[in-house]
Amino acid sequence: MADTTGTATSDMVADTGADGIRRRDFINIAAISAAGVGGVGVVLPLVSQMSPSADVLAESSTEVDVSAIQPGQAIKAVFRKQPLFVRRLTQKEIDEANAVSAGDLRDAETLAERTKEGHQDLLVTMGVCTHLGCVPLGAAEGENKGEFGGYFCPCHGSHYDTAGRIRKGPAPTNLLVPEYAFTSDTVIKVG
Amino acid sequence: MIRLIAILTGLGFAGVALLALLFGIGPAFSTLAEHGRFVAPTAEHEFHKKAHAPAAGFSFSGPFGRYDEAQLQRGYQVYKEVCASCHSLKYVAFRDLQALGYTEGQVKALAAEWTVPGIDPDTGETTTRKGLPTDKFPSPYANKIAAAAANNNAIPPDLSLMTKARKDGSNYVYSLLTGYQAQPAELVEKFPASKTGPGLHYNPYFANLNLAMAPPITTDGQVTYADGAPEPTIDQMAQDVAAFLTWTAEPKMEHRKQTGVAVLIFLLFATVLAYLSKQQIWSGLKRREDD
Amino acid sequence: MSFPWAKQYEPTNGVMQWLDERLPLPRLVYNAVGAGYPVPRNLSYMWNFGVLAGFFLVLQIVTGVVLAMHYAADASVAFGKVEHIMRDVNWGWAMRYAHANGASFFFIVVYLHIFRGFFYSSYKAPREMIWLLGVVIFLLMMATAFMGYVLPWGQMSFWGAQVITGLFEAIPLVGAPIKTWLLGGFAPDDAALNRFFSLHYLLPFVIAGVVILHIWALHIPGSSNPTGVEVKQESDTVPFHPYYTAKDGFGLGVVLIVFSLMVFFSPNTLGHPDNYIEANPLSTPALIVPEWYFYPFYAILRAFTFDFILPAKLWGVLAMFAAILVWFFLPWLDRSPVRSGHYRPLFRKFFWFGLIPCMAALFYLGGAHAEEPYIMLSQIATAYYFLHFLVILPIISSIEQPEPLPFSITEAVLGSDPNAKLGTTAAPAA
Repeated sequence: MADTTGTATSDMVADTGADGIRRRDFINIAAISAAGVGGVGVVLPLVSQMSPSADVLAESSTEVDVSAIQPGQAIKAVFRKQPLFVRRLTQKEIDEANAVSAGDLRDAETLAERTKEGHQDLLVTMGVCTHLGCVPLGAAEGENKGEFGGYFCPCHGSHYDTAGRIRKGPAPTNLLVPEYAFTSDTVIKVG
Repeated sequence: MIRLIAILTGLGFAGVALLALLFGIGPAFSTLAEHGRFVAPTAEHEFHKKAHAPAAGFSFSGPFGRYDEAQLQRGYQVYKEVCASCHSLKYVAFRDLQALGYTEGQVKALAAEWTVPGIDPDTGETTTRKGLPTDKFPSPYANKIAAAAANNNAIPPDLSLMTKARKDGSNYVYSLLTGYQAQPAELVEKFPASKTGPGLHYNPYFANLNLAMAPPITTDGQVTYADGAPEPTIDQMAQDVAAFLTWTAEPKMEHRKQTGVAVLIFLLFATVLAYLSKQQIWSGLKRREDD
Repeated sequence: MSFPWAKQYEPTNGVMQWLDERLPLPRLVYNAVGAGYPVPRNLSYMWNFGVLAGFFLVLQIVTGVVLAMHYAADASVAFGKVEHIMRDVNWGWAMRYAHANGASFFFIVVYLHIFRGFFYSSYKAPREMIWLLGVVIFLLMMATAFMGYVLPWGQMSFWGAQVITGLFEAIPLVGAPIKTWLLGGFAPDDAALNRFFSLHYLLPFVIAGVVILHIWALHIPGSSNPTGVEVKQESDTVPFHPYYTAKDGFGLGVVLIVFSLMVFFSPNTLGHPDNYIEANPLSTPALIVPEWYFYPFYAILRAFTFDFILPAKLWGVLAMFAAILVWFFLPWLDRSPVRSGHYRPLFRKFFWFGLIPCMAALFYLGGAHAEEPYIMLSQIATAYYFLHFLVILPIISSIEQPEPLPFSITEAVLGSDPNAKLGTTAAPAA
């Protein structure tokens, strides 16, 4: 019965010779693979659309005029929609930072490594605590600068020193120094 | 029962539609008898012209068409020197100009040639500053009221999407810019009401034939092109700015077409495989004996 | 219900066995669209469109969710947000063009699916519920598509919202307050845009729910087929997988090729240029038309130009809604014992020379200017539309003499069926 009416069963599908099986398997596997490739091809743009769009990327550099910052003062600028701290260190603060042996720190860096040559008094860091992203205090006049005279993050109690290095508290690394360059003696370009 | 209700409902709707037809048919055919067409002719019917392409066509038409960067740069120059005094381009940013073949530095210099609204960092008052690549093209007017007041109540439309906002847009912009002419005497004679009014200009490519915009490109050489560029004739400048506005409306066109070619090649391949696979699977079934 | 010869799901390994005993999801899929669903072996390519409609529903939901990540339903920024998607978002142009054209293709395949149903009387017993749910899906699609078209906040978006909500004004007494309530204001603005966005996001999931009911209802009697003769025996069917998964896969490939041609090479052809002009409440475009898939119903709306007892506007609105609602009653209006148009000579003539030209005309006329001769033509087409479904169909289904049916699907496919007794034909289907 099945023979004359051609009822489909899985046995019938696989009833040709060895040669036929190879060819059939090849075509079916190729067709399914093509569908898979197509699926991946669709997923890629779907994933990529979530990354920053062209207008966001275009705003990823900021110019800051640092000429008006007096020693001991800091300003908050905005870089990539995040606070950027620019601080003019006093000689005392520089000395304090240099007095610490970098090897003893959680994240070993010297002040010189964290500033530009010839501009060691200008500390440019992100105002984003490396623990969980709060904005540390200490940039504005009268704010708590923490036990080491730099910045203090009130969320979970991280203390940064005058070079923005983590000294006490849960933060794992120093405040990030973004990529920047002096475009003139008084202007820095961040990003 | 349901069928009886249905038949009555059907006859009802059909009847009212046909009744409307009955009352409309008389006036429609008397118009036909009088004018040779169902709607009384208007100046637009008889004198409106369809947009046409430039003699040499546009480089970006067709499935493989691409923008001609040099032409877009010339078109940008025409926009800047001619159109920008009245028309904004508010969805386009200066940074986008890199797609025209300018380097990052050149874009920065181009942006700085524009004045954009800003805020004085010391006083907080509104002021103006030089454009940055991240800025969008500034509007020539502070707001809609200012635009209307300066233009006899006809607000100059934003041009960012103009070539997509009109049928056959690229050709439309080109045809419109080169289509200004004296109003045909025959038109005025036939349709006195459509006589071009004061402050209007006759252009057969414009929907209602008379538009408020004075001919913007009037003389050859109105814009000075760089050395090596084609002669800045009226026709050439109209083509160039039409090409530039096509790019502003559809900046991703080249990426779209390239992706499309790759997708189609893949789909053709996958569909052939799917067909062979389907044939293979169905071949196990017996068919009609006389097949 | 399933046919007694349907294959049973057997877990292939311990994990699937474990899962099957606790949540038999693989078994459900196996019985729904796998080898466990026996399907008539003679389905033509006209039976591809259900799966294709499902594909486009998923495509619309996926691209729509992505677009919503970059959009804002605020009248002052919505238009600019769409341009932001087109210009700045990575692959944003592809998502948006796929979504806009995807809506059109969803309607194309659904219209073909519906007209397959008309010709083969797929609505007849015992499949009435599948049909009713299908009409519900179509109504939900229309609502979703209309609200989606408002979101870019172009001129057609704005004036479409204005005109469609204006339809409700035709309702006597409460019409005007209803329109104001629908819009949350006196004209489309933020309130309307926000609620349309919210509902546009919600309704596709409602559609997906009704689609599941639609498929569930389908699996009770099983799929119909081009002969309209019910499945009698195992030799009439093949398992859905791999036979129809393969066939649907090929069909999907063909449709995707056409779809890609539109998305990548002519993405704005099915749209309207006016929607690239930001909404302007003070200036109406010269020609307000909905998206092409609403044209037939829009043509019916505009065909009523004459006050007869009721105002013309109310007639138009009633007729437009009635034009879809009549589909709900088809199972009880068409009384022919035979399903397939292939065996119904009179029905077939009215289908090919009446309904199809009528629908083609309505599709054309809905997009034309509201002037003569288009108004007269839409009045004729509208009259025929109602006569066809409500008068002609009930009458011809009672008087026509159907042609002889094959004994079984097997006989239709193979030319003979050893189970068929000499000289008999199949019992009438309904």
